[in-house]
Amino acid sequence: MDFLRPQNLAEALAFKAERPEAVPIAGGTDVMVELNFDHRRPGALLDLNRVGELAEWSTSDSGVRLGAAVPYTRVITELGDRLPGLAMASRTVGSPQIRNRGTVGGNLGAASPAGDTHPVLLVTGAEIEAASARGTRRIPAEEFYLGVKRNALAEDELITAVHLPVSEGAQQFSKVGTRNAMVIAVCSFAIAIEGFQVRAAIGSAAPTPRRVPEAEEFLAEELPWGAPLPDSLKRRFGELVAAAADPIDDVRGTAAYRKHALSVLARRTLGWAWQEILGRDSACA
Amino acid sequence: MRVNVTVNGEDKQADDVWEGESLLYVLRERLGLPGSKNACEQGECGSCTVYLDDLPVCSCLVAAGQVEGREVRTVEGLAEGDRLDPVQQSFVDAGAVQCGFCTPGLVVAAHDLLNRVPDPSDEEIREALAGNLCRCTGYEKILDAVRMAGTR
Repeated sequence: MDFLRPQNLAEALAFKAERPEAVPIAGGTDVMVELNFDHRRPGALLDLNRVGELAEWSTSDSGVRLGAAVPYTRVITELGDRLPGLAMASRTVGSPQIRNRGTVGGNLGAASPAGDTHPVLLVTGAEIEAASARGTRRIPAEEFYLGVKRNALAEDELITAVHLPVSEGAQQFSKVGTRNAMVIAVCSFAIAIEGFQVRAAIGSAAPTPRRVPEAEEFLAEELPWGAPLPDSLKRRFGELVAAAADPIDDVRGTAAYRKHALSVLARRTLGWAWQEILGRDSACA
Repeated sequence: MRVNVTVNGEDKQADDVWEGESLLYVLRERLGLPGSKNACEQGECGSCTVYLDDLPVCSCLVAAGQVEGREVRTVEGLAEGDRLDPVQQSFVDAGAVQCGFCTPGLVVAAHDLLNRVPDPSDEEIREALAGNLCRCTGYEKILDAVRMAGTR
């Protein structure tokens, strides 16, 4: 095995073009587990820790450009006001030690259906910036997840950043796990309500994280703007979310449990998001 | 591969490092620092927690090559000579050490918390220690130790 140590992005892309089998490693919280347990023996590791461009974020009129190797801890402390949904999901990742190393770019690279940030990236309309020696392109989050641990990256591409609009509405995220910390999601759910539009997505409940279009359309039509939510509406929303899931039975939970839990998460997060919106309206008046 | 790293303030060199091995392995097997414990090797238990450039991390999940030229501080580096760090002393005084296996990781995690938050609430202590498992079922004494250290 080789250990490739690029000093900047151009070098990293040149390495990846030359050695497509090289596995990128930033925080190492996924890759090192695979190495420690002999599940993977790549020809080379491509260390991204020295590539400064990947460890920075910046803002522009169109939103935040989050470098792929910015650790979760920094997303939480530095971007919680601009990207509340992503910060919420980041807070549920592992432990402080893991959040100090793990990155949104790593979550995307691994493309596990259970990755905590995926539902939020789907509901915020995030775009994944991928670069290679051939150039740079932006992939909408919805086109990024192709299957269990498969994503839309070409073999010579690296994830360089994620582009997210700054939130002006309400965003919520919640996940179910067997304990409060250090746990992979049994299922997860994110919702964003902004400018009379609703987006919602599920995690760990289908081969890929996915949006739930029928539930979104139902809500967008039925939301009683300016008034409290009827329970019947929350319940129906939960049912539509559960119906969009295609989960499996595994060691962490049964498919039936995941569907039930998703309907509960959908109701709760919708309630929280609605409180946020009503509170903001009354504060304005 | 050769790795040059500053450990507990001293420049160290490890030779013949396999490219896929962890910082934890380098510390324990190559540099003779067995304080950080090897348990789960997947970032679940926190027993191998060390500072990497002032941030607590699971050393089992850092590739050895990634620490080239960087600074690591292990539990061995917290005491000043024979004088224990207040967190270490509090673990002793509160009886927070049972079999002792999880103690080094907990000490580093608690040390970091108290650096950032000198007078933490119980909730903050629980959150900060959520990545460290103790299988002797001793969390109450550990919480006592961190509260005690906060007052020192």
